[in-house]
Amino acid sequence: MSKATSILYLDGVSVSFDGFKAINNLSLTLDPGEMRAIIGPNGAGKTTMMDIITGKTRPDEGEVYFNGTIDLTRHDEAEIAMFGIGRKFQKPTVFESQTVEDNLLLSLKGERRGFPALFYRKSKEDAAAIDEILGTIRLEARRKDLAANLSHGQKQWLEIGMLLAQDPKVLLVDEPVAGMTDAETEETARLLKEIAKTHSVIVVEHDMHFVRELGVKVTCLHEGSVLAEGTLDHVSADKRVIEVYLGR
Amino acid sequence: MILARFFAGGFRSPLVVAGMVIILALAVLVPVLNLAVPRGSAFHMPDYLVPLIGKYLCYALLALALDLVWGFCGILSLGHAAFFALGGYAMGMYLMRQIGSRGVYGNPDLPDFMVFLNWKELPWYWYGFDSFAFAMLMVVLVPGILALVFGWFAFRSRVTGVYLSIITQAMTFALMLAFFRNEMGFGGNNGLTDFKDIVGFDIAAQSTRVGLFIISAAALIIGLVITSAVINSKYGKILAAVRDAESRTRFLGYRPENIKLIAFVLSAVIAGIAGALYVPQVGIINPGEFEPANSIEVVVWTAVGGRATLVGPIAGAFLVNAGKSWFTGVLPEYWLFALGGLFIFVTLFMPKGIMGLLGLVRRRKSTPVDEMSPDARADIAPNAAEQQQ
Repeated sequence: MSKATSILYLDGVSVSFDGFKAINNLSLTLDPGEMRAIIGPNGAGKTTMMDIITGKTRPDEGEVYFNGTIDLTRHDEAEIAMFGIGRKFQKPTVFESQTVEDNLLLSLKGERRGFPALFYRKSKEDAAAIDEILGTIRLEARRKDLAANLSHGQKQWLEIGMLLAQDPKVLLVDEPVAGMTDAETEETARLLKEIAKTHSVIVVEHDMHFVRELGVKVTCLHEGSVLAEGTLDHVSADKRVIEVYLGR
Repeated sequence: MILARFFAGGFRSPLVVAGMVIILALAVLVPVLNLAVPRGSAFHMPDYLVPLIGKYLCYALLALALDLVWGFCGILSLGHAAFFALGGYAMGMYLMRQIGSRGVYGNPDLPDFMVFLNWKELPWYWYGFDSFAFAMLMVVLVPGILALVFGWFAFRSRVTGVYLSIITQAMTFALMLAFFRNEMGFGGNNGLTDFKDIVGFDIAAQSTRVGLFIISAAALIIGLVITSAVINSKYGKILAAVRDAESRTRFLGYRPENIKLIAFVLSAVIAGIAGALYVPQVGIINPGEFEPANSIEVVVWTAVGGRATLVGPIAGAFLVNAGKSWFTGVLPEYWLFALGGLFIFVTLFMPKGIMGLLGLVRRRKSTPVDEMSPDARADIAPNAAEQQQ
């Protein structure tokens, strides 16, 4: 695992807010094509880590590299999104006043400037891409409905669909199954495994049942740094992990 | 081809098309009733009503411009009257130059107020305003460039919400103070007035007034087509996305500051054109037009008509101003209280304005709730609740 061959490389990253160290000497490497689950108690720095990768928060120190060559600390949100890092938020954030279809259209990879969008006309390729994603996230029947009228689980899927539409190289997915029913959780696991076949993915999740379902390497964060890393069985056998997280 | 498709988007909403038809009818009816119907007839429209309704048309265009940024992009500008006034001043400067030596002092080179202030020569920024084409260019460029510079700094610094509203208000207030100063060279307190003619036509002649009326109606229709085409394009969808979840659009790779800037500049240009059409119809432009209260009134018209509906603000501008004309005749000192009360009432009880009421009526008529599936009923219920709040 070296910087050159990684898709995402964090080394010695620290950031503090008003003296509170949200991230403390955090190092993490994601290989191309890998799916990684991140677990950890509240306040472990999971969301802050995503903020740093996507350019929302600048680290005080440390290296953050994408594809081994791009220094992410030197770019802003829009640029990082264009490099190919997509993000799904903890709380589903879809464009509520627009249709499911339009949400995907807005996310579709490509032109991001305003003027060309004035004269944009949906191409056959774009329409096909939208149809395909609607199939993957199983929302074909709701395509003309406003996103506001979707159920909580459907909004989560729509947001995952928006990520797919961006066609990023890395997907950061924050708590995708929070508030979902068991059936929805299973469906989401299926969806993420499908996506992981062609993308690198980081999933932050509290639901251990769901993490087990994913069956991937797990990193446990605590107080802003890595506590344990390995298979779920290995991590959940770790005494310190049990103490700070699982034991509660 | 691309442009034709773009403009076709402007006719996609039946409500907007209905609005265009009504304005078109007004553009035909008013001149006919005023000029063709004999004076004694009950159907004759009195002369004074033509520039009055023409003035409302300009206000409606201003409200439409505000709706583009407030309704569709969430930028509550409390300084839109500044763009209107700047467009008005550009037109006023052209009209001043047309006076020539017919001023009180008969000076062929300088407007009256400059003679009065003992100025010896025309300031450089008055150059070019003898030409109608140059003045029209300035009507568009001055508000457009101000909006570009102002918006570039404000949106790039991620100033949003109430803070942005406050600095737009400060902008119009600063401009008002500047234009009040005699040294600025725009006529100070008195502004620009005593206009004689416009592109060779006598500005006081009834035929000229009718002509200006028709041009204002045409400008309003064109403004409606353009704004409607803009919001029906993919750009319009991005604009609404920025309004609803600005930070989310950043993570999709958009630059909300640039997206907002396009709408803000377009809106300022439309407001400038509205101001330029307004000045020859009322015969004067002075710094009072920059008053913060004027910009707030535009917000009230838009809110009364219905935000984010395009036709709503036009209806709102007509109704509130007609109400103002009537009210200031009957109980002049209470008008501002009535306006404030109206704004509070609309905000509390009619968040979607007049258009929201229309929508409610239409929906009730077309789909009785009993016949709907439980799903559809659940979809409508939250909206209805929102409207009753």
